[in-house]
Amino acid sequence: MVQRPSFQHDGGAGAVTHKRIILAGVLFVAAFTVIAGRMIQLMGFEGEQDVRRNFAAPAPSAMAARADIVDRHGRQLATDLSVFTLYADAANVWDAGETVRALLGIFPELDGPALEARIASGRGRILIKRDLSPRQQAEVHALGMPGLSFDTEMRRVYPNGSAAAHVLGYVGTDHHGLAGIELSQDAVLGASAEPLALAIDLRVQHVLDDELAKSMAEFQAIGAAGIVMDVHSGEVVAMSSLPVFDPNNIGASPPEARFNSATLGVFEMGSTFKAFNTAMALDSGLIKIDDRFDARHPIPFGRFQIRDFHPQARWLTVSEIFEHSSNIGSARMAMVLGVDHQRQFLSSLGLLEPTRLEIPENGRPLAPANWSELSMMTISYGHGMSVSPLHTAAAISAMVNGGFYVDPTILRREPGSVLPRRRVISDETSAEMRRLMRLVVEQGTGSKADVEGYPVGGKTGTAEKPSNGGYARKALISSFVGVFPADAPEYLVFVMLDEPQPTPETFGYATAGWTAAPTTSHIVARIGPLLGIAPRRAPRDDDEHADAQGTGVAAMGEER
Amino acid sequence: MIALNRTDRSAIAQWWWTADRWLLAMVVSLIALGVLLSMAASPAVAERIGLEPFHFVYRQLTFVAPALLLILCISLLKLRDIKRLAVAIYIGGLALMILALFFGPEIKGAHRWLNLGPLTIQPSEFVKPAFTVLAAWMMTEGQRHPENALPSHVASALLFAMFAGVLVLQPDFGQTLLVCIVWGALYFMAGMPYRVLFGLVGLAVAGAVLAYLFVPHVTSRIDRFVDPDQGDTYQIERAIDAFEAGGLLGAGPAEGLVKLRLPDAHTDFILAVVGEEYGLLGCLLIAMLFLALVIRALWKSLSCVDPFARLASAGLAVLLGLQAVINMMVNLSLMPAKGMTLPFVSYGGSSMLALAVAVGFLIGLTRFRPAPRHLRRRPWAG
Repeated sequence: MVQRPSFQHDGGAGAVTHKRIILAGVLFVAAFTVIAGRMIQLMGFEGEQDVRRNFAAPAPSAMAARADIVDRHGRQLATDLSVFTLYADAANVWDAGETVRALLGIFPELDGPALEARIASGRGRILIKRDLSPRQQAEVHALGMPGLSFDTEMRRVYPNGSAAAHVLGYVGTDHHGLAGIELSQDAVLGASAEPLALAIDLRVQHVLDDELAKSMAEFQAIGAAGIVMDVHSGEVVAMSSLPVFDPNNIGASPPEARFNSATLGVFEMGSTFKAFNTAMALDSGLIKIDDRFDARHPIPFGRFQIRDFHPQARWLTVSEIFEHSSNIGSARMAMVLGVDHQRQFLSSLGLLEPTRLEIPENGRPLAPANWSELSMMTISYGHGMSVSPLHTAAAISAMVNGGFYVDPTILRREPGSVLPRRRVISDETSAEMRRLMRLVVEQGTGSKADVEGYPVGGKTGTAEKPSNGGYARKALISSFVGVFPADAPEYLVFVMLDEPQPTPETFGYATAGWTAAPTTSHIVARIGPLLGIAPRRAPRDDDEHADAQGTGVAAMGEER
Repeated sequence: MIALNRTDRSAIAQWWWTADRWLLAMVVSLIALGVLLSMAASPAVAERIGLEPFHFVYRQLTFVAPALLLILCISLLKLRDIKRLAVAIYIGGLALMILALFFGPEIKGAHRWLNLGPLTIQPSEFVKPAFTVLAAWMMTEGQRHPENALPSHVASALLFAMFAGVLVLQPDFGQTLLVCIVWGALYFMAGMPYRVLFGLVGLAVAGAVLAYLFVPHVTSRIDRFVDPDQGDTYQIERAIDAFEAGGLLGAGPAEGLVKLRLPDAHTDFILAVVGEEYGLLGCLLIAMLFLALVIRALWKSLSCVDPFARLASAGLAVLLGLQAVINMMVNLSLMPAKGMTLPFVSYGGSSMLALAVAVGFLIGLTRFRPAPRHLRRRPWAG
């Protein structure tokens, strides 16, 4: 028997200590077994991949790039740029206050307390800011804050600002189109890598925008619209609606600026409709160009009277009725052919249905549900039914291009491709219309539309705006539709001013001949050379110079 | 060291042949692991708080040599000198703790630290091993002189009460709990009858319930542990994420991502970083190192002839082992958060020096001391 040490106490404390130290060791083994078991449970079995994925950088957004939109010559109208969206993965942010303070250093515009509260709330992916530039992204990276992450997103950029904004439309924050071509061609743009070529010519578009804006300012109009159209192919070479917006910053524009008055807006076009009335009459074969109609007195109809603005108070030929813009004569011509004939003819010109331009904003014409005799008479001179400027442009094109209605298009048509067109009037009638429209500019209401070198044919249209069931005398829609060169038109220019005000220079007139017609003239003078139309040699002294200019312009080239 | 001869009677040579080299090896391994892991865990933290990436690594490295030196010096001491040193450290440490209460900076709501020039020390870390040694001394004195049993019990209780009292004032409930358990373990190993033991355990449970009911800080921690959905369990959740992300073999050195989001990755939650980067194998290795350290220390204490040395070394083993167990359990969500470092592995200069003191005591106490043959015992001979 080994002798117990001398510290024995209470029946052998040494032995007890010995046992209990071993017991402590056993307890430690037990504790470490629990720990090892827990380690194995956490690490040996549970799926590691899931958790790691949560902490890995988010994959680049699946947001597809959109194809560019280019003009007819390949100039960029809309393109994609990569931008970054900053998120906070709330669960991974370790100090919401510190994180937000650091971010405020870069983005002082953020709402700090609100953001901090959202992050501190704990869960979820919190969007902090969209559209970070690469430089801003680098700055956020440099903060070294955990829990911040980026998505790469594509931002739609319109390098020409508001040019052709209503045609292009815009995209939403999800990068999908919300208006214009961006909306109508959303699937195409999203799927294709090829740029989408529009019929728009950016240079012509700039001229149209510029001249419309000038005239709008000059006449203090509240709005304006303009279209330049290839009368043969139906391509819209330029289209404007003022006021305009910047598709790069859609939120900054008022809703009315986003309204496309060139296609979605419908207006009573006034005398412009007399072109259709005249063509209808001539093409019917029942009325000849020299037939005379009684325009001596206003036509009473119930409590209405149909009057002329510039009363000639005599019998007028068809030609004179058009030239002097006689409402009475127009109404009498329509009366010969009747309601059905008129409705059918206007329908053939596409004036009773929305146009099929490749944008969603196509206005439905307002035509009388009950097409009465009176309707027929007022419609003959452009009142009582409303169509969009685009309707007018497409229908007038048919009047002058040899008699074919071509569905207008905003997309570029390959030269020589089969056109979606239908004959609406005969070639002869179309020739007659060209002559008549030239007459309006040479000696009628549209004289201010003429351009040296580019003979313009056209028709003025002035309509009082409907107001409270009647018409507002002072609120006019003044428009001019011109085609050039007048004898063999290539392009149509439509200009419309909404509520232009008279100026001293216009001697108190705000009618189309004084407002829209000169604007058209300015536009034609600038776009003629751009579109490769050789100016006609005017009989001038320095013949040689004019010749050289003409050759030079022709050399600039245009596919037609 | 190879040059040291058995016949060499110099102090170093004697130390080399009598100190437990296994214990030493395990401690040195843990310190080396700590330096290695601080490279993984601390650069992210350092960058986050605006220091150069290897700030904590360098600091940790600068404490390695002093720590090893401290272990050597203390373990050279005779039992009597160990007692003297323990008294000095206990008194000095307690004084510093009281100073810290009034002058220490408030860090995370507690006054546990003192700024001494470039050093920030947590005096309670040093008091823990000193307290363990002194309490063991008092208890064995009581056993040796049964007629003086009462005063020795009173003395050990006083030592405990003063230390625990200041810890509660700081407040530092994690350390208080640790000290409670160590003191209880000492009494238990000293041969406390089971009925007294259960009485004390009951008292401890009552104390814990009272703390839960009346100390908001404790209430919230327990609540958060019981119901993780309420309140801030950020670190705990990230730690679990880290373990799960690591899996069997880990993401690989420096590949950890969750560690970037762990505020205390370099201190209390270093095990989670090990888990993420070195996986289950790394964690098990560390756990086994600690278990081996504890078992080896307890084993060595069994072979101590001197009852004081035996109880004190066992107490120190319990102290080190408990701290590791608590830290690991917190990391693994087996316990509510405590604010306890993983010995040797977690970053912390003063913590490393304090642990060096503890290991120095441990090795010094368990050194082979010649004794009459009848007093030499085989540890396994009950």
